[in-house]
Amino acid sequence: MVKVTYIAADGTETIVDAREGDNVMQTALDNDVDGIVGECGGAMMCATCHCYVDEDWRDQTGARQAGEDDMLECAADEVKPSSRLSCQIRLTHAVDGLVVHLPRDQV
Amino acid sequence: MENIVIAGAGQGGLQAAISLRQDGFTGRITLIGGEKGLPYQRPPLSKTYLKSGDAAALRLRPATFFAKSDIELIDGLWVDHIDRKAQIVQAGDRVFPYDHLILATGTRNLRPPIPGRDRALDLRTLEDASRLRAALERPKRCAVIGGGFIGLEFAAVAALLGHAVTIAEAAPRLMARAVSPAMSEQFRALHHDLGTATYLNAPVTEVTEDGITLQDGTVISADVVLVAAGVRPNTQLAEAACLPVDNGIVVDACLLTQDPAISALGDCAVFPDPNTGRPIRLESVQAATDHARLIARRITGKSCDPYAAVPWFWSDQADAKLQIAGLAGPDDEALTGADGTVWRFAGDRLSAVETVNNAKTHMQARKRLAGAPIDRASLVAAGMDINAV
Repeated sequence: MVKVTYIAADGTETIVDAREGDNVMQTALDNDVDGIVGECGGAMMCATCHCYVDEDWRDQTGARQAGEDDMLECAADEVKPSSRLSCQIRLTHAVDGLVVHLPRDQV
Repeated sequence: MENIVIAGAGQGGLQAAISLRQDGFTGRITLIGGEKGLPYQRPPLSKTYLKSGDAAALRLRPATFFAKSDIELIDGLWVDHIDRKAQIVQAGDRVFPYDHLILATGTRNLRPPIPGRDRALDLRTLEDASRLRAALERPKRCAVIGGGFIGLEFAAVAALLGHAVTIAEAAPRLMARAVSPAMSEQFRALHHDLGTATYLNAPVTEVTEDGITLQDGTVISADVVLVAAGVRPNTQLAEAACLPVDNGIVVDACLLTQDPAISALGDCAVFPDPNTGRPIRLESVQAATDHARLIARRITGKSCDPYAAVPWFWSDQADAKLQIAGLAGPDDEALTGADGTVWRFAGDRLSAVETVNNAKTHMQARKRLAGAPIDRASLVAAGMDINAV
């Protein structure tokens, strides 16, 4: 299990135990975390699973995947250097304890 | 408003339920789905699911979500009848009263009247996809009837898994309804390179135990035959309730049917194209979910803006990700740019942009098509750089 903390725009924290190998978007949907839409199901076709990786975790989660920048251009909320598509962040032991912040709007 | 019933628990029906709650609707929501199980995503059925077989990954929301959101999901039950006067729907021996009814009944596969068609497999539901996967456990010869998105996505996966694939398409080109001739040709070449034989202008006249027969008499041997010849909207309920139906359930720009207590969304709904006013019906996740959000906003009084979302579509075939932003009419002109992007024009107006493995241009097009119309001359003057227009 890999622990992930989602912090909603209003400050609400949800901590979940994720299956190793799952991604941050799917884990949110599977655990009733509000604030992630994931409309295309992780096919990198939309920007509705936008999240901000907590500063302490940016090194471990690495750089954006190819194509993520282009998708994020259409994100509904502000895009910051910490912005990622959560469907592209895979949960491994290296990111156990990961903290992500969710934007106010996804659509 | 106390009671909202949603007929159809696909991605659009589920999104309507989710959006109603998000927009503050506190009454009762009943989501009735004909298939057994939790609502799931269909797009991966012809893509990653065929490879992975991971059904859990398709699930849109876990069972706990429905309890938490106070959405009553009733699965494995088909709605039989709408009584508009009494404002009730009947499903089996159950009766559900509604103040507002949302029809999200989707589509069913078109099975052309070909002798032997019962020997062919379908690809629309999880059950279909699971059966198809099972049929492909050992190397097989596959014949695909229909060269649209679903048929081609399946063909690409099957070819890459080592099966011998043949595609028979009745039209003169692949994906003729969705893309320009130039794009059709690009994908014909892609499938050729995967080792797949493609027959165009080739209606299938029979499915036999040994394969398929084309109109010109060509016999194609196959162990597995997939029929992917398009879909038909599920309009029977609406029709029986005397609602206008014309290639789909007819709705206005606010997605209301002629009955103010009934909306329709997604693949089964025919709505006015925001650009041309022409009645259109779209088969896409985007339309289903954007329709659902609009209906929820309208019901909760958050907004009564007419529907104006830019359509978008995608298809994954081997290493090619085809993306379409906007909606081109069948006769819209096509202009191919230096980078392979195909620009479609309805008269002078940019109507759609077709790209392959070019998410940047696709996303820019989606953004720009949502704004003021872009005319051809300006785009050409800008060297086909949509951001420079």
